[in-house]
Amino acid sequence: MGTSTGAAEPLPGARRPTVPRASLRVRLLRRPEVGALAAAVAVFVFFSLVTDTFLTPQGVATWLESAALFGIMAVAVSMLMIGGEFDLSTGVMVGSTGLLTGVLATHAGVNVWVAVVVSLVAALAVGLVNGLLVVRTGLPSFIVTLGTFFVLQGLNLALTKAVTGQVAVQGMTGAAGFWDARWLFGSSMRLGPATFQVSILWWALFTAACTWVLLRTRAGNWIFAAGGEARSARHSGVPVLRTKVGLFALTAFAGWLVGMLSLFRTTTVQASTGVGVEFVYIICAVVGGCLLTGGFGSAIGGALGALIYGMTYQGIVFAGWDNNWLKAFLGVMLLAAVAVNTSVRRRAHTAGAARTARTSPHVAAAGGSPGGAALDPEGEVRR
Amino acid sequence: MSGVDGAPRGGEVIIEARRIGKDYGNVTALADVSTTVRAGEVTCVLGDNGAGKSTFIKVLSGVHRHDHGELVVDGEPVVFDGPRAALERGIATVHQDLAMVPLMPIWRNFFLGSELTRGRGPLRRLDVARMRAITRAELLRMGIDLRDVDQPVGTLSGGERQSVAIARAVHFGARVLILDEPTAALGVKQAGVVLRYIVGARERGLGVVFITHNPHHAHPVGDRFLLLNRGRSLGDFARGEVDRAELVHLMSGGAELDELAHELDRDRS
Repeated sequence: MGTSTGAAEPLPGARRPTVPRASLRVRLLRRPEVGALAAAVAVFVFFSLVTDTFLTPQGVATWLESAALFGIMAVAVSMLMIGGEFDLSTGVMVGSTGLLTGVLATHAGVNVWVAVVVSLVAALAVGLVNGLLVVRTGLPSFIVTLGTFFVLQGLNLALTKAVTGQVAVQGMTGAAGFWDARWLFGSSMRLGPATFQVSILWWALFTAACTWVLLRTRAGNWIFAAGGEARSARHSGVPVLRTKVGLFALTAFAGWLVGMLSLFRTTTVQASTGVGVEFVYIICAVVGGCLLTGGFGSAIGGALGALIYGMTYQGIVFAGWDNNWLKAFLGVMLLAAVAVNTSVRRRAHTAGAARTARTSPHVAAAGGSPGGAALDPEGEVRR
Repeated sequence: MSGVDGAPRGGEVIIEARRIGKDYGNVTALADVSTTVRAGEVTCVLGDNGAGKSTFIKVLSGVHRHDHGELVVDGEPVVFDGPRAALERGIATVHQDLAMVPLMPIWRNFFLGSELTRGRGPLRRLDVARMRAITRAELLRMGIDLRDVDQPVGTLSGGERQSVAIARAVHFGARVLILDEPTAALGVKQAGVVLRYIVGARERGLGVVFITHNPHHAHPVGDRFLLLNRGRSLGDFARGEVDRAELVHLMSGGAELDELAHELDRDRS
C-alpha cells in the first residue's frame, strides 16, 4: 500500500496516505462471497459433528480433492458469469480434452506431452468459437453453448467408439511420457497420515490467479464492466467483445485442465464424462455470490461454492447416507443462495447510500473538505 | 457564483459557432446558429424537444459534421471527423447514460477504460491506491465529499452520479464540457445538486455547454443563452441581455404559450 507512485500528482490529497474506507462491516457485506463463506463454515461444522471421518486428515484430503475438480471449473464459470455470459459446454469439455489426449496417446502413438498440448489447442479453439459466435451473432450464450455442448457430447461418443471400439479410453499407463505428465497432473503428496492430490494445489493456484486478474488488473475491471453494463463499458473505451471472447477461452482452458487432472489421476476416461456436470459449476458460481445477470461476483466465491459441494458430497458418503440427498441439497443451496445474495447485496447498497446521505452535507458544511468544497451537495441552488 | 450580472466573467473564447447549419438529406435540422463558449463560462442551449439541441451538440462533439457555417476552436476553423477528434481538442461530452456501470465501485468507474497501472509484464497491476486517491481528490474539487469511493455507483443519487461523470471528464483533460440534459430526469433537489457542479466546473475555468429545456435551470447558472426553435436560433444572448421571464417566454414559443394559456382559461370558465 505504501508504494504509491503518484509523487508527481498535482492534486491536493493525491499523496495523502489513506483514503477513508467504509466500516469493516459494510465492506464485508459488500463482498459477493460472504454468504458462501458462512454456508461453508456451517457445512463444515455440521459434517465434523455428524461423522467421525470428516475431520480426520484423510477425510479432509478426500473432500478437498472432490472440491478441487469442481472448483477449478466453478472459478472459471464465475469469471464468465461476472462477464455476463454462460457456458453449458464446460462439463463435456472435460470429457473431450481427456478423450482426445487419451486417444492420441494410446491409438495414434503420440507422445503424451504432445497429446496434452494438442488437446489444449483444441480446447482453446472451441472456446474461441463459442466466444466469437456469441459476440458476432449477438445470440444468448445459453443457446450457443447449448449447441456446442451437444456437438461435443456427440463427438465424444461417436469418435471414441469409432477409434477404440469402446466407450472409454484405457491403457494410458503404457503410453510414452505418461509418468512424466502424471507428475504434473496426477501425483499426490503425503502430509502426515494423509495423501493430498496435486489437483488441490492446481485449484488453489487457479483461484489465486483468477482473483488477481479480477481485482488487480485492467482485464478484471473490463470483465466487471462488460457484464455489468456492456454499453457503458464500450462508451468508456473497454474492449467488451475481446474481453468476452477471452472469458470463453478461459473456461475452455479450465475444462482442459480438469480433463487432464482426471485423466492422469484415474488413467482412464469415459466417453460420457462431464455430461450434466455443467449445471453443478453454475450452481457453485451462484452459491458463491455471482449474479446470474452479470457484473457481480468473485472467483473466491466460485471456489467456496465448490468447497461446499465437495464437503457435502463426501460428507454424505462418510455419514453413510443415500447420496441422492446431494442433489436435493444442491437445489436447496441454490435457492437459498439466490435469496441471500439478493438481500445481502441490497443491504450493502442501502448501507452505503445511507452513509453518504448522512455524512456528506455535514462534512461539507463543517468546511472539513480540503478540496475547498464550499458547496453543500444536498442544498438548494440560488434562485 | 461570484460573477456580477451582465459583466462577462469568462476567459478566452474556446469554441465559436458561426452560422452553423446541418441538413439530413432534404431536411434542414439546423440553420444559422451562432454562439460562443468561453473558458469559465456556461453557455446554455435551450429549446423544446425537436428544437435542434441534440443536432447542435452532435456538431460540437464531433458526432456529425456541419454542412454550413464555421466551427472555430481556439481561433482556427475545424471539421471534426469523430468524437475522438473533439476529445483531442479538449471537448468532452457527458451523455445522459453517463457511461457508468452501477454495480462497480466509484473509483473503478472513474478510471474505467483508462485504468492506471504499475509494474510491467505479468506483474502489471492496477494502481489501486493512486486511483482511489485521485478519484476522491477530483470529487472533492467538484465539491462532492463521498468519503467512501468503494461504494457502487448504483447507490449514488442521480445528481451525484452526474457529478462523478463530470469530474471524470474534467480529470481526463476536458476544457469544454458538453452536458446533455443533465437535469432532465432529476427532481428539483437533485437538479440543484447538478447545477452546483456546473457552477463548480465553471469556477475552475472550464467552458460548459449546458443543454436543457428548462429555463429555470439555465437562468441561475448561464452566462450566455442560445435559444433554439425548430432548428433555428431565436437569439444568442449574454447574461443581462435577457431575464428569466423573457427566457421562459421565448423558450416556450412565446406567443404560442400565450395562446394556450388563453385557451385553457376559456375552457375553465
